[in-house]
Amino acid sequence: MFVHLEAPRRVVVTGMGIACPLGLGVENVWKRMLAGESGLAAIQSFDVSNLPAKIAGQVPVGTKAEGKLDINEWIPVKDQKKMDRFIQLALVAAQEAVEDSGWMPGPDQEEERCRTGVMIGSGIGGLPTIYEASLLIAQGKQRRISPFFIPSALINLASGHVSIKYGFKGPNHAVVTACATGVHALGDAARLIALGDADVMVAGGAEAAVAEIGMAGFCASRALSTAFNDAPTKGSRPWDKDRDGFVMGEGAGVVVLEELEHAKARGAKIYAEVIGYGMSGDAYHITAPTEDGDGAFRAMRAALRSAGLSPAEIQYVNAHGTSTPMGDDLELQAVERLWGDEAKNLAMSSTKSAIGHLLGAAGAVEGIFSILAIRDSVAPPTLNLESPSRESPIDRVALEAQPRKIDIALSNSFGFGGTNASIIFKKAA
Amino acid sequence: MSDTADKVKKIVVEHLGVEESKVTTEASFIDDLGADSLDTVELVMAFEEAFGVEIPDDAAEKITTVKDAIDYIEKQKSA
Repeated sequence: MFVHLEAPRRVVVTGMGIACPLGLGVENVWKRMLAGESGLAAIQSFDVSNLPAKIAGQVPVGTKAEGKLDINEWIPVKDQKKMDRFIQLALVAAQEAVEDSGWMPGPDQEEERCRTGVMIGSGIGGLPTIYEASLLIAQGKQRRISPFFIPSALINLASGHVSIKYGFKGPNHAVVTACATGVHALGDAARLIALGDADVMVAGGAEAAVAEIGMAGFCASRALSTAFNDAPTKGSRPWDKDRDGFVMGEGAGVVVLEELEHAKARGAKIYAEVIGYGMSGDAYHITAPTEDGDGAFRAMRAALRSAGLSPAEIQYVNAHGTSTPMGDDLELQAVERLWGDEAKNLAMSSTKSAIGHLLGAAGAVEGIFSILAIRDSVAPPTLNLESPSRESPIDRVALEAQPRKIDIALSNSFGFGGTNASIIFKKAA
Repeated sequence: MSDTADKVKKIVVEHLGVEESKVTTEASFIDDLGADSLDTVELVMAFEEAFGVEIPDDAAEKITTVKDAIDYIEKQKSA
């Protein structure tokens, strides 16, 4: 079956798009992040009086010109009811990424369209949509369930809608690995290109679980911060001694991945190359990481191996760093163990400090931040890291962005079920 | 024009996102107004809700134009 494969091909990033709590648009979001701004706030869009966690990162409402989201500017009203919010956010980020890449083969370019695929995942998908339908059933109104209910809730419909919109007829796939979804989507899509299944892939993650049902569920699993309801921007504080859980975020990150020669041939702008990708499983617990952080360690080691790199060659790590009491230190420990004596030269930050945890979108958005860190030679800050719970030789870029020489960056994402993924980007040659 | 016709057309405009002027009595949901099969299922549900009538699936399948909808609803209301 695989014996006819050619040597792996090189994969580069040629387009990027973001919708997140800091707003819309890669440049807008990045500028705000480097300035140390926070996208976290008290939840206003639904009643939180019965929830212990009352803060989140939501995509700000406003006009496109303000770098905010008015969904009517992006998706016709009649189509909005056919898709859960996570799909809407995926379409917004995908539009920016596709337009940024300039890769929009027309109806007369059938072969090019067939060589372009989509892989946008989500951690949970259309949870609010399922909730709404359940209410109707509880009232005995089964026949009032919308014909769009199922296609609105299905996770792979983000990929489906993007492919329909742009006519991309290549591999159409979706990743579902909880909070590791985004990295898996980027890594798996890059592999499809490397192995010849496609020349271009629109890849990423989308999530919109900041709703009563999503908040209540994560509250029940004791994962969310509850001590900073009166100071929302302080709630996400990776590695800080006062951290008490993650802050839910929503959004989408989408990139256009492209085979190197394909990108060069059309004169595309190349942001970075995807040079490494590694995965592992904990085989331990449904929600908790192993007590020695070994899963994270092995995912990073596998990514380094696939890139043919030693840890010393990486200057920046965008951490999973969700601001949970246990997870942050275990990841730190795993990085220290892998880097050894080189840890003192490494910068590692958690951008979740500014936007919260975007679950299935996190890895894609943070992959984009890693690429921008390379492009602009700057490590984005870990906000609220005022008093680390423990010391480390690693510079965790506390409070303010740092200019640093960054040619190669690694981004981590770990998910419930004990799934871990790491991806490595390198400055375009 | 009857109240029923007005109300049906208003629902069609809202649900299919089409210009009011295109929603003629003879207009076909699929051929003239850009609906797909799921859109028509949803439209029938909206008629049921708005007029308080039940439209069984076999009858719903025969409602393909604005006129079909108006006729069916008026018949139900006078029954």
